[in-house]
Amino acid sequence: MPNKDTIVDVPTVNKIARLCRLDIPEVNKESLTNDLNNILGFVAQLDEVDTSNVEPLASVTGHKLPLRSDDVNDGNIEDLVLKNAPESSSGFFVVPKVIE
Amino acid sequence: MSELLDLNLVEASEALKNKKISSLELTKAYLKSISDTSSLGAYLEIVEDKAISMAKESDKKLIDGTARPLEGIPIGIKDMFCTKDIKTTASSKILENFIPTYESTVTQNLWNDGAVILGKLSCDEFAMGSSNETAAKGNVINPWLKNKKMSPGGSSGGSAAAVAARSALAATGTDTGGSIRQPAAFCGITGLKPTYGRCSRWGIVAFSSSLDQAGPLTRTVSDAALMLNSMAGYDQKDSTSANLKMPDLMDYLDKGIKGKKIGIPKEYTQDGISEDIVKFYEKSIDWLKDEGAEIVPVSLPHTKYALPAYYIIAPAEASSNLARYDGVRYGARHEASSLDEMYELTRGNSFGDEVKRRIMIGTYVLSSGYYDAYYLKAQKVRRLIKEDFENVYKKVDYILTPSTPTTSFELGKKQDPLTMYLNDIFTVPASLAGLPGISLPVGLDNSGLPIGIQLIANSFDEPGLIRTARVLERSAGFNFIADGAAK
Repeated sequence: MPNKDTIVDVPTVNKIARLCRLDIPEVNKESLTNDLNNILGFVAQLDEVDTSNVEPLASVTGHKLPLRSDDVNDGNIEDLVLKNAPESSSGFFVVPKVIE
Repeated sequence: MSELLDLNLVEASEALKNKKISSLELTKAYLKSISDTSSLGAYLEIVEDKAISMAKESDKKLIDGTARPLEGIPIGIKDMFCTKDIKTTASSKILENFIPTYESTVTQNLWNDGAVILGKLSCDEFAMGSSNETAAKGNVINPWLKNKKMSPGGSSGGSAAAVAARSALAATGTDTGGSIRQPAAFCGITGLKPTYGRCSRWGIVAFSSSLDQAGPLTRTVSDAALMLNSMAGYDQKDSTSANLKMPDLMDYLDKGIKGKKIGIPKEYTQDGISEDIVKFYEKSIDWLKDEGAEIVPVSLPHTKYALPAYYIIAPAEASSNLARYDGVRYGARHEASSLDEMYELTRGNSFGDEVKRRIMIGTYVLSSGYYDAYYLKAQKVRRLIKEDFENVYKKVDYILTPSTPTTSFELGKKQDPLTMYLNDIFTVPASLAGLPGISLPVGLDNSGLPIGIQLIANSFDEPGLIRTARVLERSAGFNFIADGAAK
């Protein structure tokens, strides 16, 4: 982890916001950048921990994830699936035009 | 009315089964309570008609002798649980009009056992917060020192406030890093986070999937046992659900703790912890000793690193889980001329500030070039934290800690995100290790606010957690009622 006061700057914040598709108004960018630097500065203390030869832990369940058979099945619930869609038509979700 | 509200869940259940009261009168008393305490803002949605019809159905079963374990008990549901045909918003603007077409497994289990729904309870947005202030529709008020407008804690702030205000006989909560235990401590009630995998996550709005766990918020330890009996269980629809039968927790209530070893971790008494909490922590140790437990000093050396590891792992998983809110399949949409712009404006306009911060942090720590340094590092530290507990459980049966470093604080005092995160310093380690924990009230501080003490048990030892908590509860004899509670 980078050990600096400023870990992210506004251009980096712009890049992250773009990656997660979040519109951040210009006026909020500086305070958001500060917040992120405070949080990233806080988590940087993990650098003190010696983790050589430690395997990462992703799940605490201790059991193997069960697998189901890969049956193609639309569930017969098209109406329910579309019920909360902001816009749908003829059994499809509708999005703004993507091809000019 | 008051006599009905005085009954805790176990007592009400007895009275119902002995036909001393009906579910309809009990449910109506709680609906009146909800309206009497509406200024607390605990409920986002009240389903009066459904409550009445479920209560009538329960009364039939109570009369014909087919009563189920929670028959006729009116409860509130945290707005993180999908409830079929009842609005479920996760306290977020992005889900303000979302009406699920299916029921979460945990709530279905409760209805199958006869519980009656009163309504949906406020929480921090997507369960991200420790004060209930990130809720899109505003914070909930703690019924303790009501006029001072204290925080009920979070994220299950509405659940905790409702149980403390006696506007629900019990409530469901979810706990990712302390979201059941911390609000329970702030509101002077009992909150139990089960072992990861005990309760199905199916139908619960996802925040951090390797940590999220449902559990009960109740007035007493036995009420929590009865609730968890119904909530828990294997579910094929959740791949992380544990295929283990949980014994009937009611059988463990009065087994006592003679000869049991209680670990006191030295890392949990740090600077910044309130003096009154230290005092009651020491009293709690003495109480357990008096009941025949052996007190063993232990060390969980990586405790200090739990919070920083959590604030990498939880936002990373959240950023991935919340990618589904794209304005296409459900939830709010902000119209725009291009697809990307629609995504950005929908998410930018409909997520609150704390949710945005966590999505940003999560995206950053998972992004190319930073993944190993942050995310993988945090997962390695998570293993060390889990191993700390494994080592200690070779020597002791249970671990006793304070639930929170301070009692409740005033709402609206602008705190920076990091200060807020420190609220969960004592609850996060057990979450990262997937262990069951319970917070119960043991006393009041010098300003009259409740103090919670936490017990942590080994994986799947909810029976042990219940029996130990029951001993502590009896010794503490906490029988105060919040000044803002329904009369």
